[in-house]
Amino acid sequence: MSPDALLSTTNLEAFYGDFQALFGIDFSVSAGETVAIIGANGAGKSTFLKSLVGLLSNSPESIHFDGQAIGAMPPSRGVDLGLALVPEGRRLFGSLTVEENLIIGGQHTRRQGHWTLETVYDLFPVLAERRKNPGQALSGGQQQMVAIGRALLSNPRVLLCDEISLGLAPIVIKDIYAAVPRIREEGTAMVVVEQDINQALAVADRLYCFQEGRVSLEGAPDALSREAIKAAYFGLGAAA
Amino acid sequence: MEQLFEVLTSPLRLLDILIDGVSSGAQYALFAAGLSLIFGIMRLVNLAHGDFIILAAYILFAISWALGALGLAPELNPVLALVLAAPILFALGYAVQRGVLNNTLGKDVLPPLLVTFALSVIIQNGLFLVFSPDTRSIDGGALSTAGIDIGYRQVPLLSIITVAVAVAVIGGLQTLFFRTPLGRDFRAVSDDPEIAQLMGINRRHVFALAMGVAMIVVAIAGVMFGLAGSFDPYLGPTRLLSAFEAVIIGGVGSLWGTLAGGTILGIAEQFGSRAFGEAFKQISGHVAFLLILLIRPRGLFPRAKD
Repeated sequence: MSPDALLSTTNLEAFYGDFQALFGIDFSVSAGETVAIIGANGAGKSTFLKSLVGLLSNSPESIHFDGQAIGAMPPSRGVDLGLALVPEGRRLFGSLTVEENLIIGGQHTRRQGHWTLETVYDLFPVLAERRKNPGQALSGGQQQMVAIGRALLSNPRVLLCDEISLGLAPIVIKDIYAAVPRIREEGTAMVVVEQDINQALAVADRLYCFQEGRVSLEGAPDALSREAIKAAYFGLGAAA
Repeated sequence: MEQLFEVLTSPLRLLDILIDGVSSGAQYALFAAGLSLIFGIMRLVNLAHGDFIILAAYILFAISWALGALGLAPELNPVLALVLAAPILFALGYAVQRGVLNNTLGKDVLPPLLVTFALSVIIQNGLFLVFSPDTRSIDGGALSTAGIDIGYRQVPLLSIITVAVAVAVIGGLQTLFFRTPLGRDFRAVSDDPEIAQLMGINRRHVFALAMGVAMIVVAIAGVMFGLAGSFDPYLGPTRLLSAFEAVIIGGVGSLWGTLAGGTILGIAEQFGSRAFGEAFKQISGHVAFLLILLIRPRGLFPRAKD
């Protein structure tokens, strides 16, 4: 783990009741870095993101953000620290318009920065045209743009993206990932959870592979062989 | 049957039903607005809502009595009392939600029902202890008896004011809900409580604010109710019943629907009492309620999703 980590976990364990979902995850992301987390269904990726933002409560010392222990913080505090989540399945507010969905992302934090309604519309021009529509009247890809824009409006230091390509057509995925460099330009660190390994390899500075609640592989994409990733992804320990 | 025939063939009798139905319907809508707001935002069925209205009526009665003792004009007292009572009731609503009801909300629907039922019993008996079982009413002075002549009869001024107040309250809540940042938070928390928290919204605070707003509406309902007739500590549950029916007729979560629901209930009761006799007043409202549920099980203006 790098000493200049902005967000890190140490021996993070997470539980749903009696069921243990994460078994001692050590993870870190530095300012401006993009880290991908890959893994099969049920590997604990989403659980991990939920723990980071406080939707699952953990022991305080297991998660640190900029020197603060935040493992047990309430979920409403993350936004002020600079931690924003683009949740799996987008989860737009159904009774809010596109513009309201965006505004609410930055309304409850004093954080200021590059991202405003204008710069988000600049990033995703199609949203400006549909600003008065209900969020859920949009196509899947456009909804995903709203979800990303909503998170950006809090001007986060770390943007957590949960499966932003899930269920979208390849051409739409390309459009959405085209926004990533512009988000990184602002110095925002990103944690990208992906099932699509190629997408993850293309975008990430570093890669974590999760398997059954543990980190099975970690490293820079070009330092890892396809075989090693495959083995870590599917749990084919014998093949490695 | 003779009575029914007479009502149906006389335009003026029908007009009476309409006028009196709309004005009592406006009162039902006022009872129901707070209930509708709370259920819409936090899916909380507040069994103490009727008792909150009666509690508000007593608080307003006490304040306006005190103002009267100071020598202020009785026509102004209810308005002044409302202005004074609104912040008190807002604070009370906030505290009850934050301190008690928030803890009952969850996947299980039973705890909020049990706790609000207990609150209902506590309020009734508390009012009995403090104010005795005597019936009270809020003195509106000349306001209570004034009327406007429409040729063949008088329409009580208070009825007209009640209708205007109900429309203003529903319109105001609608504006709050759809045109203000607070309303945006209300809707976001109602749509997806988990993600709303990630936006930095403190759900417990937002719910408490919503209950505070509902209590201001309750205060307005209380003053109109207290001016229109008398009340005693145990009247809450009957108010709750008509409020529920208004909300359900209108479609859960729709504020204008609640106004429509109240009006339909009021007109049905007036029709029943005039066509079949006073004893049929309440049952006519219930029958109308059941008929509408048969035809439109989700109410007249159901929300798109629930």
